[in-house]
Amino acid sequence: MNLAYRDVRHNFGRFMVTCLGLSLLLGVVLAMIGIYRGLIADALELVDTIDADIWVVEKGTRGPFAESSRIPRDTRESVARIFGVKSVGAVTFQSIETESDGKKLRLYVIGYEPGQLGGPKYITEGRGLTGRNFEAVVDSRTGLDIGDHIQLGRNGFTIVGTTVNAVSSGGEPAIYLSLDDAQKLQFDLSPSATRRERARGAVVVNSTDTVSAVIARTSPNASNDNIVKTIERWKHFAAMTEEEQGLILTQSVVEKARKQIGMFTAILILVSAVIIALIIHTMTMDKIREIATLKLIGAPDRVIIGLIVQQALAMGLIGFAMGGFLIFNIQDFFPKRLVLQPMDGLSLAGVVVVICLLSSIYGVYTALKVDPAKALAG
Amino acid sequence: MTENKKPLISIKNLSKHFGEGETRVDALRDISLDIFPEQVIGLLGPSGSGKSTLLNVIGCILEPTCGQIELDGELVYNDRWLRSDLRGLRLEKVGFIFQAHNLMPFLSSMDNVAVVLDLAGYSASAARARAGELLEYLEVGNRVEAFPGSLSGGEAQRVAIARALANKPRIVLADEPTAALDSERAGIVMDLLRKVAIDQQAAVIVVTHDEKIYDRFDQIFHLRDGLLSQT
Repeated sequence: MNLAYRDVRHNFGRFMVTCLGLSLLLGVVLAMIGIYRGLIADALELVDTIDADIWVVEKGTRGPFAESSRIPRDTRESVARIFGVKSVGAVTFQSIETESDGKKLRLYVIGYEPGQLGGPKYITEGRGLTGRNFEAVVDSRTGLDIGDHIQLGRNGFTIVGTTVNAVSSGGEPAIYLSLDDAQKLQFDLSPSATRRERARGAVVVNSTDTVSAVIARTSPNASNDNIVKTIERWKHFAAMTEEEQGLILTQSVVEKARKQIGMFTAILILVSAVIIALIIHTMTMDKIREIATLKLIGAPDRVIIGLIVQQALAMGLIGFAMGGFLIFNIQDFFPKRLVLQPMDGLSLAGVVVVICLLSSIYGVYTALKVDPAKALAG
Repeated sequence: MTENKKPLISIKNLSKHFGEGETRVDALRDISLDIFPEQVIGLLGPSGSGKSTLLNVIGCILEPTCGQIELDGELVYNDRWLRSDLRGLRLEKVGFIFQAHNLMPFLSSMDNVAVVLDLAGYSASAARARAGELLEYLEVGNRVEAFPGSLSGGEAQRVAIARALANKPRIVLADEPTAALDSERAGIVMDLLRKVAIDQQAAVIVVTHDEKIYDRFDQIFHLRDGLLSQT
């Protein structure tokens, strides 16, 4: 006879409310893991989407994401001539805040030359940029639709296509502009600012001939390390492979946030363990007379241990399943992306099982210490 | 009744004290007692006289200080426990009936009885069949699926008696079984215990303060300051 099941069935409502409370806690743990993964995924997403083998940036910087970088646009031509380079592109990156439907909208502007490297990986709706001015492709997370207009700096842009998986390391959704438009946005002063500069005698340089980085894709049999070494022999340039750029993003740009969330997740797991232990202890104390009676009528320890451990495991796993279901269904409502990976879910389930088993120890210890004579006490 | 039978409970020179020195309390002093099959024995005494201690010692819950205990022909204590598996011993030989019936609130009447049989190794169907028989025998066959919370005091006590008798123990220890019952129901419970003693050739010890059932016992023993005397 499974006493744990009978007890749960008899006190089903109370048990499920306990599971629900636990599910919220485990849901938060799962969400934190998702946020942690999302942070890393967001950080790497743009590098993955651009999918360049080599990044050429300003010497002495770790640009273009970790630090600002500015190099001449025509560096692209020099890079294109290196043996093993298949295709190249020049790109600019810039964060900008604008308004859409009266709400503030932060965007990550990516400027690229249509037809060259650096553009959106997929067009999910509409079309890509064709080189015409004042058109944009946006990540679907901007909430903008095809045909919408958006004001960036001094110019208005029409959305002609949407894409996915394009966000900055800070989670800002990307907007793709032609390189010329992006450079104008970056460098053009407003008329009043131009007049002010002229009034104070400054020479207003209207150069749009610099970019944040030049990117290159190489032939399958080319050595990326050799290409990097070749570029680094040139003055004023630094180069790095895609892996190195990824490392900069995860170990530099989001490092502190990553550690913070990781630590918070560890604390949450610890808190969950303590709460589970307290719940199990309370559940055991509630049944202390029944446990004493069971011992008195001859139930061996394994029956009593089974009663406590099975309920602890059931509570943990049901709580985990409910928490997982909850977070899975509300993940899109989080302002930043949650990445819920099956392995993380399985690992947390394993951790929950271990926590439940460890937390049961105190309850089991208490139960095994109960004097059967307690059942006889009036 | 007792001449040709071996005692089911045989206690010789049993003592139990708590504490040492100035704090020493002699709960049981050199007690000897034989109880035979079919006997229903009353154990009386004021609070703190050692009744519960004696019941706990006979039920192998509490270790005496010295003496001998023989249960159903098996010497189980001779200045030390002779069996390591005391819970197994209780399951096999002793049935307990409590004042507060102590039924599992999460088990139906049927399961409260069947759980003992389950522990004793009966199959689920055999356990349920035996539990059903017992509940019928104790006239609560119509309440087999009811949970303790919905049983009356008398019904709950009968289910508790059924549980105590489930594994056919030959020793039944009852601690104030009629304390929460009115005279009529107390009488019914005592009749049932008498029936059990005869049908199962069992020895029944009842600890009680309930004067209305004194005439139901074959013998009455008094405990006072740890000393046993027969009325």
